[in-house]
Amino acid sequence: MSSGQERVDVSVETKKAPDTPAEKSHPNTCPRCGSHYRDDELEQNLRVCPQCGHHFPVGARERIEQLADPGSFSEEDAELRSADPLTFFDLRPYVERLAEAEIATGLGDAIVCGSATVENEGCRLSVMDFSFMGGSMGSVVGEKFARACESASEGGVPLVSFSASGGARMQEGILALMQLPKTVCAIEELHDSGGALFSVLTHPTTGGVLASFASLGDVVLAEPGALMSFAGPRVVAQTTREKLPDDFGLAESNYRYGHVDGIVPRTELRPTISRLLRLFKEQ
Amino acid sequence: MRLRQRLSKLAGMKLLRGTKLSGELDRLQDQLDRLQAEPSEEEIWRSVELARHQERPYTLDYVERILDDFFELHGDRGRADDQAIVTGLGKLGGQTIVLIGHQKGRDLKERTKRNFGMAYPEGYRKAMRAMALADRHGFPVVTMVDTPGAYPGVAAEQHGQGGAIARSQAAMVRLSVPTVACVIGEGGSGGAVAIAVADRVLMQEHAIYSVISPEGCAAILWRDAGEAHKAAAAFKPDAAHCLELGVVDAIVPEPEGGAHTDPDAAAQLLERGIVEALQEIASLEPDERRRRRREKYRVMGVLSPA
Repeated sequence: MSSGQERVDVSVETKKAPDTPAEKSHPNTCPRCGSHYRDDELEQNLRVCPQCGHHFPVGARERIEQLADPGSFSEEDAELRSADPLTFFDLRPYVERLAEAEIATGLGDAIVCGSATVENEGCRLSVMDFSFMGGSMGSVVGEKFARACESASEGGVPLVSFSASGGARMQEGILALMQLPKTVCAIEELHDSGGALFSVLTHPTTGGVLASFASLGDVVLAEPGALMSFAGPRVVAQTTREKLPDDFGLAESNYRYGHVDGIVPRTELRPTISRLLRLFKEQ
Repeated sequence: MRLRQRLSKLAGMKLLRGTKLSGELDRLQDQLDRLQAEPSEEEIWRSVELARHQERPYTLDYVERILDDFFELHGDRGRADDQAIVTGLGKLGGQTIVLIGHQKGRDLKERTKRNFGMAYPEGYRKAMRAMALADRHGFPVVTMVDTPGAYPGVAAEQHGQGGAIARSQAAMVRLSVPTVACVIGEGGSGGAVAIAVADRVLMQEHAIYSVISPEGCAAILWRDAGEAHKAAAAFKPDAAHCLELGVVDAIVPEPEGGAHTDPDAAAQLLERGIVEALQEIASLEPDERRRRRREKYRVMGVLSPA
């Protein structure tokens, strides 16, 4: 058969794929088990499906609320904003995308940092938010993470990082790539000062964030079902034409291959983090 | 021209987080004389084409012209010998150095063997092993960067591609020996920066260094990989822009028409750049050198003025 015919088949398949069940189904349907949920119930259950344990995405502010002792969080460096060093313009200007993301999410960029206590143990938190431009890392994410390392070092407490990112922010070009070594340098300084980093990977943590700070925790944890791969499944499938395993890049597969210390359900995260904070506390 | 503006801005500042600027000013002035104007869209695309030119000299082409008595080191001591990255020992101006570089292949057979210069995690672990050796014996590290990117494959992910790239950068940040990285062709994303965190980063005139390939960027932002021209013009992977943004420390000139037109001349120019860069950093105390290296990366990025 000619390759032209094969290509037609694929395009027909992909065109048909999305519009089957999702359109008709009830808006509050769990994508994994199909059960229906009430918004308030789901929120109370930390956005984990009570039926099947599917982990729904969580924004940075809600994550902090889930984790930190009530009223203990004090945000740092909230005022930092991205510049547009390349005057980047694809189909729309970068500055417009930034402004829109800020309005939609109420966040200055894809990361929120600050000090907090977890079950009365002090720490610094650095929490990414996927809803701000796909959690992409540009200068602001790199800078805030680096400052969080410095703040943890000064405060003599561990840094707890939650990542959720599609990778480096293309609109900042090569400077986005430079945020990889920048965050790596900040972690080296933190480690040299005796500080600790706990890294929790949440769905999805890919590209430049996985290839820098998210992988360098003294302890690396992941939420169940979180995609954590350097290259996304689509890129891998297109490049290699290999059939991907069902659990390609998932936390469970990474655990099996030795890349994470544990898979921790969201409902267990708070006690787990506080346990680690106590273990790393100087006597 | 924006490089000129940066120069005047730098001249007006006394200190940038403790880094002495006089050296940087001289270097920028020097570079400025070589560059005429901001590269146009066509010039940027020409660099993309030259950086990928199938006759462009690769790492081993430079190794045989620059290093004496090159002794190749194989394997990551764990699993494999990734041929997309070469490591070895050699003499540069009488001094033993450790060389680490991506390696592409010239013909189909070698391209397959070298996996088109796209390393698996094993390649980065091999690089880290060579870095550790260099640190143990006080050998400077010279890296040559020329990769479309780290290999996106199932086994690569299973073996920890992301973590390997992160740890390779961390290893480079920790080194106490002098380090020079040269972008000699394609500086493709994480796979490139994994071996490019150095005291001095050089970039050949027609090399490119970017966060994503022009095709990849076009496919995502324009939803059409055919718009690679536009994507490259938008994210500016050329040497002049990388210098202007402070990502590389110097541009190494190439022979007229690109490095492939005269590999011997290109190697001479590259060698001069590496030797100069090593001389600049050789006299520093190891701790001071490492402090400055980290400082350099710590301040990279552009924030909006509050």
